[in-house]
Amino acid sequence: MKNSVGREIPAEALAVELKNGRKYEPYQGKGYRDGKYIKKAGPTTKIYQKPSESKLLSSIREAVIACGVKDGMTVSFHHHFRNGDYIVNMVMKEIVDLGIKDITIAASSLGDAHDPIAEYIEKGIVTGIQTSGIRGKMGDVVSHGKLKTPAILRSHGGRVRAVEEGDVHIDVAFIGAPTSDEYGNARALGGKGDCGVLSYAVVDSEYADKVVVITDTLVPYPNFPPSIHGVNVDYVVKVDEIGNPKKIASAAARMTQNPRDLMMAENTAKIIAATPWFKDGFSFQTGAGGPSLAVNRFLEPLMDAKGIKMAWAIGGITAAICELQRKGKVGKIIDVQDFDTGAIEDIRTNPNHFEMTASEYANPANKGAFVNKLDFVVLAALEVDTDFNVNVITGSDGVLRGAPGGHPDTAEGAKCCVIVTPLTRGRMATICEHVVTVTTPGDCVDVVVTDYGTAVNPNRKDIIEALDAAGIKHVPIKELQEKAYSMVGRPDDLQWKDKVVAILEARDGTILDVVREIKPYEI
Amino acid sequence: MELKAVGTAGTLESSDVMVTLEPRTSGGIDLTLESSVINQYGRQIKAEVLASLERLGVKNAKVIVNDHGALDCTIKARVECAFYRGCQCDMDGRFDWGGVIR
Amino acid sequence: MSIPRPKPERFRLRRTMMFMNAQKPGLIKDAYIYGADSIMLDLEDAVAENQKDSARFSLYHALKSIDYGDTEVIVRINGLDTPHWKEDIRVCVAGGCDGIRIAKTESAQDVKTVDAAVTEAEKEFGVEVGRTLLMAALESPKGVLNAYEICQASPRLFGVALSGGDYRKCMQVKVIPGGIEMLAARGHMLMAARAAGIQCFDTVFTNLNDDEGFRAEVKQNVEMGFDGKSLINPKQIPIVHEMLAPTQKEIAEAEKIVRAYREHASEGVGVFTLDNGKMIDIAFVPGAERVIKLAKASGIYEGDL
Repeated sequence: MKNSVGREIPAEALAVELKNGRKYEPYQGKGYRDGKYIKKAGPTTKIYQKPSESKLLSSIREAVIACGVKDGMTVSFHHHFRNGDYIVNMVMKEIVDLGIKDITIAASSLGDAHDPIAEYIEKGIVTGIQTSGIRGKMGDVVSHGKLKTPAILRSHGGRVRAVEEGDVHIDVAFIGAPTSDEYGNARALGGKGDCGVLSYAVVDSEYADKVVVITDTLVPYPNFPPSIHGVNVDYVVKVDEIGNPKKIASAAARMTQNPRDLMMAENTAKIIAATPWFKDGFSFQTGAGGPSLAVNRFLEPLMDAKGIKMAWAIGGITAAICELQRKGKVGKIIDVQDFDTGAIEDIRTNPNHFEMTASEYANPANKGAFVNKLDFVVLAALEVDTDFNVNVITGSDGVLRGAPGGHPDTAEGAKCCVIVTPLTRGRMATICEHVVTVTTPGDCVDVVVTDYGTAVNPNRKDIIEALDAAGIKHVPIKELQEKAYSMVGRPDDLQWKDKVVAILEARDGTILDVVREIKPYEI
Repeated sequence: MELKAVGTAGTLESSDVMVTLEPRTSGGIDLTLESSVINQYGRQIKAEVLASLERLGVKNAKVIVNDHGALDCTIKARVECAFYRGCQCDMDGRFDWGGVIR
Repeated sequence: MSIPRPKPERFRLRRTMMFMNAQKPGLIKDAYIYGADSIMLDLEDAVAENQKDSARFSLYHALKSIDYGDTEVIVRINGLDTPHWKEDIRVCVAGGCDGIRIAKTESAQDVKTVDAAVTEAEKEFGVEVGRTLLMAALESPKGVLNAYEICQASPRLFGVALSGGDYRKCMQVKVIPGGIEMLAARGHMLMAARAAGIQCFDTVFTNLNDDEGFRAEVKQNVEMGFDGKSLINPKQIPIVHEMLAPTQKEIAEAEKIVRAYREHASEGVGVFTLDNGKMIDIAFVPGAERVIKLAKASGIYEGDL
């Protein structure tokens, strides 16, 4: 069955069973489930009525046993420690050593730090993966059909929805925390490897049957105000290290000096400034990639020229936006993830820099997330096609190596979604006829800025008018694609086997696309 | 003009391709191709390399191509340069621009 | 597949001439996107001694296959004191570049030597004789002192450029804010170029972190009367274009002159008076036309001339 972005969704994907019995549907277009009702799933919680001093256990292994982890269960993790994370590998090692199998990992995201999991997949111990990001060896083995069930890839908002709606049921959540008290009140500041916020882990703590907090820094009770509340936590484990602090918080992303990135960033800022939403009190989110991040720098003089300020910025936070706030040009920063030490330092001390949960950020199934009120979002892409569909998950070899992250959430929510990408990367045409995988549907993407020109989604007559009025040139996206192919040549179609290795969920839980097993290339 | 020794040109940088030609007396062209874009462009890269070799009159050689997303114009340039280096001809000699080099 | 290029125009607008290493495929594939009037693909200093051959192959295929559009494509060849320059000229002409920048020009004879080699190559490759333009880079006091004879040495020559790095070394001076160390060279070269009726370009500004210093130097270039500047980074391009753009007042004045001239010329009158009482003769017209051209290139002209 073809969905509304023209992707064939095979019966085998639609037949994948969800825990709550909900049946998968193909993607039906922007805002499809708006106004519908859902019944939230509830966890089973143990009663702790008698006074007790401590929830401390001496090891992760003890926690795995105490939580009753057994064959067929789903365990969850968050990705606030990014490439510095030790938690996933430590916990999975204990589970595997205990001979437990048929495990599903439901993480907010997974990355290069988790290469050891690839081996568990190949051995058939890990049989399910639900995540936003999948990269490195894990991406490779899943793309080569080694995972028993299709991986389910969701946006950050879509993951919260899936947990709350009960599509996935977390048996045990393992939550790494920079600090915790012995009762499980956990914070992301004050430890050895601070990550600033624990936004993505909150839903796990509220919806998992068992919750384990793992920390390397125990602090006196009560560790307040907590990101993860002790009332949701069964056990606390102290380990030597939760991760590599240097990789948990990288030094501030250096502003790109690449002239191509700078040119695109400057053009993006001019486009934003030409739209009707660029007025005092606007809201804004940008990614941490080179050209997206540089937009901050070019936006500032345009704000000054118009004498306006930004009311709030959300998303993954970087030092760049914190600095803009320090100059008095941003009202509030609402933070779901910190990308650098500058952002973490800022949330520690700045009363106008707040932590929010992933649900508040981007969940399409609550009563209105931040993304719904966003004016502008600036995002990157691996590929954009002539229908404005975006791919951020599969490389030009068809292998999984990315993450939808907040991309589909902010794109659907924001009034103006701008994708910034060079027309080609090496020999890869970024603007193409058909993206390998649709991860953000074209009906949510408004403007595409490249080094060869800008294209506006023809559905957005209002933006086209605004750019025309400002004398900003734009061309049909087809023209950009043709230019790209004239430079790099028309790519051959990727060769796939039949097996579906991953399902790309739209944020509302319909199926946007599937990824199939890649066929080794032979010349 | 004939390959006398191993000729190499290009780099492993992005958008470039490293080409190595090794002479041999028989056995035709033995092409080893690695590319960061092999799934989408492997066929075209191979065709471009073989066409350049044919223009240059190379009948027997071991050819190693390590591509990082080079465009066709770069592929041609590196194959030709590797060839003339392998022929050990004067780097400032008179090359056949627009003839076999095209 | 070969991209045909129109015949190069000797006196076109050349506000910005950006250097690019001809050996780097990632750079040359689309060097034109930043909007420089001319790009200079470099076979000289940017290319290591043992890669001169490789750079020529890259250059040849880039010239043949990449559509540079309206951007002028100049190639900087190796100096006449090297074994490379003759083959450099052959590949430039065979590839069909618009012009050649002669490095380290010291005398009119240097230009004539290159001119002859270019003519020979044009005949060899079936290119219209005279198509390939030349510019001369002056990199030494001797070159600067011989500027006037150099400027008149060939009908192919569209301009001269100063190359500050080598010149400063010869003069035993370093870069001084305000450019006092280059003042004599700049002034002398400008006079020679204007006397010979060709264009004149200033040297590169290499400190990419010093935006203020760059702007100050471009301002001085504009005030001294340079046509344009050699650049090493795309971010310098919009700054030069912005600073060379005429003011609305200058555009209005130029429009009046050009219109009045066209009206009177058809009546056979050579001298006329503008509405502000200013006497205008034909000598003012090229300047006014240049202002209109600059305004158009700067994207600020909305008239219909």
